[in-house]
Amino acid sequence: MPWTSVPIASVVNLDHPAHYLTWGWLSISVPNLLVILLMIAVFVLAVLLPFPKDRDGS
Amino acid sequence: MSARKAADPAAAEWTGPWRRYDIVKEGVVAIVVVAVLTLLLAMLFGSPDDKALTFKGWASSAKDDFYATTVSELAGTSDSAGYGPPYNNASDGLYVGPLRPQKWFGVTHPVDPATDFVITPLQSQEQPAAVAAALKTWLAASADQQTKWATALDDAIAKANGDLSKVGSGDFGPVPTLAQGLTNMAASGALDGVLLSQGKFYQTDYTKQILFLGDGSYLDDAATAAHLQGNTWGMMNETGSYPGQAWLWLYSFWYQLPKFNSSNPNDYLTNNADAVIFYIMAILSIGLLLLPFIPIIRSIPRWIPIHRLIWRDYYRSQRT
Amino acid sequence: MTATLPATGAPETPEGGPESRMWTARLRRAWVSKLPPDKLLPDRQPAYVASWIYVFGVLTIAAFLVVLASGLVLAFTGPAWYHTSSLGHFTNSTHFWSVQLFFVFMVIHLWGKFWMAAWRGRRWLTWLTGGLCFLASLATAFTGYLIQTNFDSQWISFEAKDGLNAVGIGAFFNVANLGQTLLIHACLLPLVVGVITVWHVLLVRRRGVVPPMEAVPPHGAVPVAVPAAVATSGEPTVTSEESGS
Repeated sequence: MPWTSVPIASVVNLDHPAHYLTWGWLSISVPNLLVILLMIAVFVLAVLLPFPKDRDGS
Repeated sequence: MSARKAADPAAAEWTGPWRRYDIVKEGVVAIVVVAVLTLLLAMLFGSPDDKALTFKGWASSAKDDFYATTVSELAGTSDSAGYGPPYNNASDGLYVGPLRPQKWFGVTHPVDPATDFVITPLQSQEQPAAVAAALKTWLAASADQQTKWATALDDAIAKANGDLSKVGSGDFGPVPTLAQGLTNMAASGALDGVLLSQGKFYQTDYTKQILFLGDGSYLDDAATAAHLQGNTWGMMNETGSYPGQAWLWLYSFWYQLPKFNSSNPNDYLTNNADAVIFYIMAILSIGLLLLPFIPIIRSIPRWIPIHRLIWRDYYRSQRT
Repeated sequence: MTATLPATGAPETPEGGPESRMWTARLRRAWVSKLPPDKLLPDRQPAYVASWIYVFGVLTIAAFLVVLASGLVLAFTGPAWYHTSSLGHFTNSTHFWSVQLFFVFMVIHLWGKFWMAAWRGRRWLTWLTGGLCFLASLATAFTGYLIQTNFDSQWISFEAKDGLNAVGIGAFFNVANLGQTLLIHACLLPLVVGVITVWHVLLVRRRGVVPPMEAVPPHGAVPVAVPAAVATSGEPTVTSEESGS
């Protein structure tokens, strides 16, 4: 199938070992930590950011 | 007949002010947003795909380890040989109190490592004369004699700390030739094919390969290098620098506790960690489902009033 | 005269009428009374539903649909295609990231619902089905990781077998059997997740979005009676409705 040889390489290459942050028995990969921090940030923003008022003003 | 009852305002139909809500539009927008986000992430970062390990790779890059593992299969000292149900009856398996489901359900996927991993594969192909003769000798011997030979070599290898060049002499019978024969077969790539087909045309069961692969250090070392070991939060991790399974943090957490990682070979919690932790997680999962009925936990949202932020417009409107 | 469709909470068609005992009529009446069209596909919602935290449920569903779509492509082409095809690898990437987004949105949705104590007002089943969805999704993701046919799946099946064998599940579910795991992942579990999700969403439609804590119905509301022993708010109620609205 010709289209299967279309080169669709990723822009950022993540195929190398991750960095790990370790505090005693706690050890987390940087990508996982980023995802968790992002989730917390999104949750906080979702709660704090104002929601558009109803168009009818009710 | 019931006495006078208090009303639950939270269950009442809402009769207060409404706002416009286009549920179909919301759904469509959400799908478009997520689809675009997914395509962007896929284009930017790709996905992990570390190549599967093979027996050829094992026997080529860690041939001493492969050889030693083969000997342990013949000696019955490998993890697979001593696993217990569902593969064999070498042990009763894990238990928590009176709960022994591993034993109760018995052997449903029979695996005999010595035969399935070593002898049958060797028999499936034409072997060099020395290996063929060793096979003949092995098969003609009694089970006790077989165990004696294999255990002797297994012990000698252990004494030499896995360094085959330092293994002393002893009565090993045909075992060294068998082990070397299988190592050569694996290095040629033939073992991968033979274990895959297992004498059949169609096959989807990789149990024997996974068990054999895991008995040595090849798979284990690769997992350690990729930070995938259970007691280093490996359950949460992915190969490469990709995000893993952060949602498994609580399941992974228990495997970090020293109580489940004792160096004492007779420690109950360490030996039965898989069972104990599974039951802990099952109980916590049921707790999650039944959270509305659990006192104190269900009151936390009341005590830590994040809801005051979420519904701040409503509370403000109630004050005016 | 033929009986007309009853409005929400209206009495049933007359006793003895030909429609009253038919399974179809009974199902229709039950459905329409519990989920009339304006509840099923509303164009309005209570004014207090005004926070970005409320979008994470629909985002989770949207992510699930993207997971399904990318999964369908992978199912059509087989489990090993993505190793050797660039388009296959890209499809695998969309499946991988949509799963990541799926869990991110689902957990944020769970956090929101927890802090809102969204199980109040007879919505304990909505919470429970949501939790079931989470657990079923975990199982679906787990089987997905097992069928990658690469090093990761080799290691995961090697490790996971121990946990499952220890509690007897391994006797029936062999993580090293690619055929079994593939069919469970691609056929059985998405169906389970889908069915529970539909159940969950219908419950939300039926009960409405949980009101703010300490919210008191304005005039004209018809409160639902519960046993006096049960404190208000924060506790689930399981009594049946005494009257419609």
